[in-house]
Amino acid sequence: MNPFPHITAMTLVPILGAIIIALLRRDNNPWPRRVGILTSLISLLLAIFLWLRFDAANPELQFTERLDWIPALGVQYFVGVDGLGLVMVALTGLVVPFALFAADRELANSRAFIALMLLLEAGLFGAFTTLNFVHWFIFWELSLVPAYFLIKLWGGPNRTAAATQFFIYTLVGSVTMLLGFMAIFLATDTFDFFELARKVRGVEGGLQAFFLAKLGAVARPQTLAMFAFIGVGLGFAVKVPLFPFHTWLPNTYAEAPSTVTMVLTGVMSKMGVYGLLRILLPIFPDQMRILLTPLLWLAVATIVFSAFAAFAQRDLKRLFAYSSINHLGYCLLGIFAIAKLTQNEPAWTEQKAAALNGVILQMFNHGITAAALFCFIAFIERRAGTRGLDDFGGLRKVAPVFCGLMGISVFASLGLPGLNGFTGEFLIFKGAFPLATWATVLSALGLLVTAVFLLTLMQRVFHGPLNPTWSGFADLTTAERCLLAPAVALMFVIGIYPQFLLHIINPSVMQLVAHLAN
Amino acid sequence: MVAWTVYISFLGVVALMFVPATSSRAARLVAILSALGSLACALLGLLDYNLNSGIVTVQKFPWIPQLGIEYHLAIDGISLTLVLLTGIAAVVGILFSWNIEHRAKEFFAFYLALIGGVYGVFISFDLFLLFVFYEVAIIPKYFLIAIWGSTRREYGAMKLVLYSFVGSAMVLIGLIAAYVMAGSATGTYTFNLIDLAKFKFPEQFQYWAFPLVFVGFAILAGLWPFHTWAPTGHVAAPTAASMLLAGVVMKLGAYGALRVAMTLFPLGLAGWRFEIAVLATIGIVYGALVALVQRDFKFVIGYSSVSHMGFVLLGLMTLTTIGLSGAVLQMFSHGILASLLFAVVGRMVYDRTHTRELADLEAMQLNRAMPFAAFTFVIAGLASMGMPGFSGFIAELQVLIGAWQSFPVLAVLCGLGIVIAVAYTLRAIQKAFYSGQRLTVTEHTGTLPTISIPERIGAVVLIIATVVVGLYPPILLNLIKSGFNSALMAPLVNGGPL
Repeated sequence: MNPFPHITAMTLVPILGAIIIALLRRDNNPWPRRVGILTSLISLLLAIFLWLRFDAANPELQFTERLDWIPALGVQYFVGVDGLGLVMVALTGLVVPFALFAADRELANSRAFIALMLLLEAGLFGAFTTLNFVHWFIFWELSLVPAYFLIKLWGGPNRTAAATQFFIYTLVGSVTMLLGFMAIFLATDTFDFFELARKVRGVEGGLQAFFLAKLGAVARPQTLAMFAFIGVGLGFAVKVPLFPFHTWLPNTYAEAPSTVTMVLTGVMSKMGVYGLLRILLPIFPDQMRILLTPLLWLAVATIVFSAFAAFAQRDLKRLFAYSSINHLGYCLLGIFAIAKLTQNEPAWTEQKAAALNGVILQMFNHGITAAALFCFIAFIERRAGTRGLDDFGGLRKVAPVFCGLMGISVFASLGLPGLNGFTGEFLIFKGAFPLATWATVLSALGLLVTAVFLLTLMQRVFHGPLNPTWSGFADLTTAERCLLAPAVALMFVIGIYPQFLLHIINPSVMQLVAHLAN
Repeated sequence: MVAWTVYISFLGVVALMFVPATSSRAARLVAILSALGSLACALLGLLDYNLNSGIVTVQKFPWIPQLGIEYHLAIDGISLTLVLLTGIAAVVGILFSWNIEHRAKEFFAFYLALIGGVYGVFISFDLFLLFVFYEVAIIPKYFLIAIWGSTRREYGAMKLVLYSFVGSAMVLIGLIAAYVMAGSATGTYTFNLIDLAKFKFPEQFQYWAFPLVFVGFAILAGLWPFHTWAPTGHVAAPTAASMLLAGVVMKLGAYGALRVAMTLFPLGLAGWRFEIAVLATIGIVYGALVALVQRDFKFVIGYSSVSHMGFVLLGLMTLTTIGLSGAVLQMFSHGILASLLFAVVGRMVYDRTHTRELADLEAMQLNRAMPFAAFTFVIAGLASMGMPGFSGFIAELQVLIGAWQSFPVLAVLCGLGIVIAVAYTLRAIQKAFYSGQRLTVTEHTGTLPTISIPERIGAVVLIIATVVVGLYPPILLNLIKSGFNSALMAPLVNGGPL
């Protein structure tokens, strides 16, 4: 039904690009950058093609490819996208060329840098489209490796410590996840996400029932199922991150080159949220319900603490790093809220659907906005060589276009109606409020603090008397404007006409909500 | 066909005797031809082998009929996997010894004798014959280390040989006891493994014979706490010998434990299973922890071998199809990766920089001076830390699934071992290659010879092997699983012999 393997091609193109770059001659020439941008644009084209061919009315998986791989372990080569996957693929396709265009010349002329960025892109595409645990885990883990080297080789002064911390934190999560999934595989004999979800919902007692049937004699099934949940959940909690597993993130984002941070925050952080939606929520609804209250508190802590932490930062990159934690915290709030057990009434279904739509919208929005913000920081660093919050002042006078566009992005990040950030957060709060009232009310505090620190930032950097050191601060060049214009335009488009994304997302959302219903 | 792997290796030894002592080039040629010939035989045997045919006798005739000793060579899926590994490791080891000029003829003669012995062990189904090959493999190791080794080579060589001989003695006592016991009960004395395995040894007997034989073999597989020969031996050995030691010789121990101890004494296995699994898990975690604090680059890899072999032994103890086939796959995978790691450390780095101290290497910026070595080590390191997409992942995944089923607590502890493995590998990568000290290129690095063509070929062959098996494991898994269908091995799977 689908003769051309779109998704495989989309994932392989960056790998091919990386191989071509590895074969290029060593001297500093513009070809690595050209090949890199070209291949990432081809992948973007394939992603756009996918988007256009995607049948939004159909909630089922589309463009599936399925081949036997390791029959002994029930592993299949299984890829496909639904609304959620498609939106993430589109985000990846957009952010990677954006970052490659924004990269400094020194980086962009390095073969290794471009090749690693392309491998990272392939890993991300793979992670968002593969639907069998072992297959997916290959991409989940392998995307770490290029990210590690990108930070280790081109990062700031503390890059080694940051890269190691990033790698080890994420890997500990991966190992617990692997152990959890092995227990699940033993109980259910499948690694297929959708089949697992179906199996678990098809039996009274869910996952526990499988543990009871398979391993009942060995251990208490309830405890085992809970351990599997915590193991798998920890992997995602570190990646998103959920408080208190977030400490790697500010160091990593601050030390990584800004263009790499664009991809890390824009796309890679979404892998965690994606995993929660694709894997944790459908497979472990019962376990999540048992731990619902502590999870909600953790989400609230993530939102509020990170907002206060951002408020205290003096480094722009660290500030936006904490702000990223804050924004993904809303996704966590939404996801945990919809796990709540409710009656099967249309009113509840509507709230859950709203929250879930909001979560996915927020993922996409944050991807675009955060990538744009870190792109601005990259430009600031390139011009000024510094990025302290207090180093600037009055930039508006010398670089009006720069400050205008960055201001729009900051407002998008802060959730101003009419820009993209508002729609996602509004839907999350609207849906989560009746489901988890206290948590939602407390989280609103996060919104407030976010507004305060972002406005402070604008005041310190853009307004006030001009710091004479920067009287020569150059405004955006034409190339830079062309690069940022589409991102800013997208913020308006989604803010004004969110249906553009929602019509893709909603069918998948409704299916997940129905799956979770009793 | 597979029998010729043994003969060609020993023919190579004979041919080397006629090579003039001054011509290291001729010695190399003879050695590589012999190794390639054996590899070709192994591959042909592999292609010939039908997955449903179980244990296929290759050659069988009476040897010392009075004692019931036969010359009996046979193959099954497990043997073939390890024969293939030996073939690859042997060829690549010679490629990484291309620069040996000091007594090259003797070096390659010992090397080929070692290989021949190893091939012999993997395809012998007569226990006496197996033991003979097992001993044949020990002697050349001593000379390889004592003559061509480095750092405390006499000590390392002696320690390795003493440990091996103690292990052999334990095995020998156990085997003779089994031979006598079965013979006196049935009236026919035989060393034939398949026949002996049919005899039901009394439980009391099995209870002490099993640990004797199992541990005797497992000493060579690096079973904690009998592992200490491994790091010192690996470090003292010349590159090609450490590649073989870690890559292949350690598998002799694991293979013997699986093929002989576990099949002969199922009741003993059931009694000691948990204890050995605990030792294996301690080996995994302890080996990784010790690797984490080493200052010598080669010791990091040496201890990592102990850790990885722990997965093999743990997999054996799970007694499930998935765990056992994971253990055999891990033997193959570790054979490839340990060879690759030792090749980078010993040949690419040490032969050029003449230091293995991580602190010294840190100052050298080796990623700039030798990008190929850095790339190879990163790939090998990722594969060895269990990154999916490489052979180690699928092997460890299976062992862990098996362990979950049999010993859930140990499986969780192994997770800890994996995390530490990531930490020591990252540490080694960072210190040895990517120290991040943005110095100008030092005078050291200016004079380093470039990586030679044989080294590149060898590294690429090993990388291809680990990636192919990692991306498409059925290529070996089907073969390995078929090995557990025969009447000899089948009782081991599915919860074991009870």
